[in-house]
Amino acid sequence: MQVPILKQRDYLIASIQAALTDADLLQLRDALVAQVGTFRSRGVIVDVTALDVMDSFAVRTLRDLAHMIRLRGAETVIVGIQPEVAFAIVQLGLILEGVSTALDLEEGLAFLDKKLKAGSRAS
Amino acid sequence: MQPLSEASVALLRELVAHLRQSRTQLREEWARRITEAQLLTAMSKDEIFAEATAVYDNYVDVLETGSVEALQAYARNLSERIIPRGVQTHEVVGIVLLLRDVLARSLFAKYQADFTKLNRVLDAYEPAANRIANTVAVSFVQERERVIRAQQEAIRELSTPVLPVRERLLILPVIGTVDPLRARQLTEQLLRGIRTNRARVVVMDITGVPAMDATVANHLVLTVEAARLLGATVIVTGLSPELAQTLVNIGVDLSKMNTVGDLQGGIEEAERLLGYKVSPLEESPQQP
Amino acid sequence: MENSEIRVHIDSDSDIVTARQKGREVAAQLGFTSTDLTLIATAISELARNILLYAHRGEIILSTVEDSARRGIRVVARDDGPGIPDVERALQVGFSTSRSFGLGLSGVRRLVDEFKIVSEVGHGTTVSLKKWK
Repeated sequence: MQVPILKQRDYLIASIQAALTDADLLQLRDALVAQVGTFRSRGVIVDVTALDVMDSFAVRTLRDLAHMIRLRGAETVIVGIQPEVAFAIVQLGLILEGVSTALDLEEGLAFLDKKLKAGSRAS
Repeated sequence: MQPLSEASVALLRELVAHLRQSRTQLREEWARRITEAQLLTAMSKDEIFAEATAVYDNYVDVLETGSVEALQAYARNLSERIIPRGVQTHEVVGIVLLLRDVLARSLFAKYQADFTKLNRVLDAYEPAANRIANTVAVSFVQERERVIRAQQEAIRELSTPVLPVRERLLILPVIGTVDPLRARQLTEQLLRGIRTNRARVVVMDITGVPAMDATVANHLVLTVEAARLLGATVIVTGLSPELAQTLVNIGVDLSKMNTVGDLQGGIEEAERLLGYKVSPLEESPQQP
Repeated sequence: MENSEIRVHIDSDSDIVTARQKGREVAAQLGFTSTDLTLIATAISELARNILLYAHRGEIILSTVEDSARRGIRVVARDDGPGIPDVERALQVGFSTSRSFGLGLSGVRRLVDEFKIVSEVGHGTTVSLKKWK
């Protein structure tokens, strides 16, 4: 099942609608990496609000996703992690290292705006 | 429980039949004894009689079948109903023992002429009766413990409020000892609070926490990370030197944890992170 | 008192999703809190994934358990795969990036109340866990 990816200004927004299989998640990762290149996006938001479980595979894949997208010069923000899911992730001992997180889409956009503005000012 | 010999089984069947036959009068005697012993004072006579009937029948059924499941279910159900009425453990144990006595005496009366037979009857009756008393008492105690736990849970929830102070800023004052259960409840409340209030910064003040063992300290670290997953930064304030040592001992890199000396300092740091600038009012030149 | 089992065959990655959703259903019927539902579903997801990764097929068996006064859920993850050579070690190692030997079992153990694993090289692996309400 494909995850819809929307383009908003310089950003790509992927909203996960329902539980994803491993294959779906990998497909999303590859699609985002490709599209960041195509559209020269500067930021990517992955909305995981609909995920009721994030296990080690999901965490690892999102981490890889953020890493690969950074190599293409863009920032990734994961938004919408549910409180229960966040709790399970830390209990399991997983660390979403090197990945920015925000509460929801609105916060994610604000985060990217701030981060990229600061970045461009510095350059 | 040891399997009964065929003779015992036959004997049990005989005394169960007797107990069923004498049901009415034995039940009445039991109810009378309960009142005499001043047990179940929280319940009315009618209520006592109604419950006595149910318990009696269940009791005799278990003597007959040896199966405690039905009795356990009944005992649990009974406990659920009477605990809110204030019935105490000693009362429940008391009434079951009284029933055991009433039935035993009835058996004595019936078989007193034949001492050998009486002994065999008691050999069959006593283990079964004791098992029943045990089952009912244990079920009651377990239900009580469940109720107490639920009450403690409610108290814990009340005692750890998550306070929205400014937009995007939450304060979580933690007071008192934190056991693993409370720690987890704290985390759940905090995470929900972050989402409800859309907080970006949380100041968790642990000045009022005297001590924390390694498990709870570790949990604190997990909480900070879980909050980050929701996009919130946690500033820990009021970390005592002892607590800091505990954290270091469990391998926490304190330089990675956002800590500030006291609550006030924590709030200021939070405001800084949020981009608030608190500036003093300018002196008005027109002041007299 | 019913003690019916729900078996989920694990063969493909969509089965991982099925197993954890079924697990969530069973646990929801038992009245677990939403946090516990997620912990249970996550544990099942990890176990199912391990089956797929190391044994390629197996099954997850869900059932309710009862002990004197409390009720809970029991999850058994069974496979006839290669087995784990050093179970003790597997339980100590956390998640590794390459997942070469990190099964994440120590993490799964933290999500539940009771955890047991039996594994022998050449004889498959059975992980059983219980969580009480």
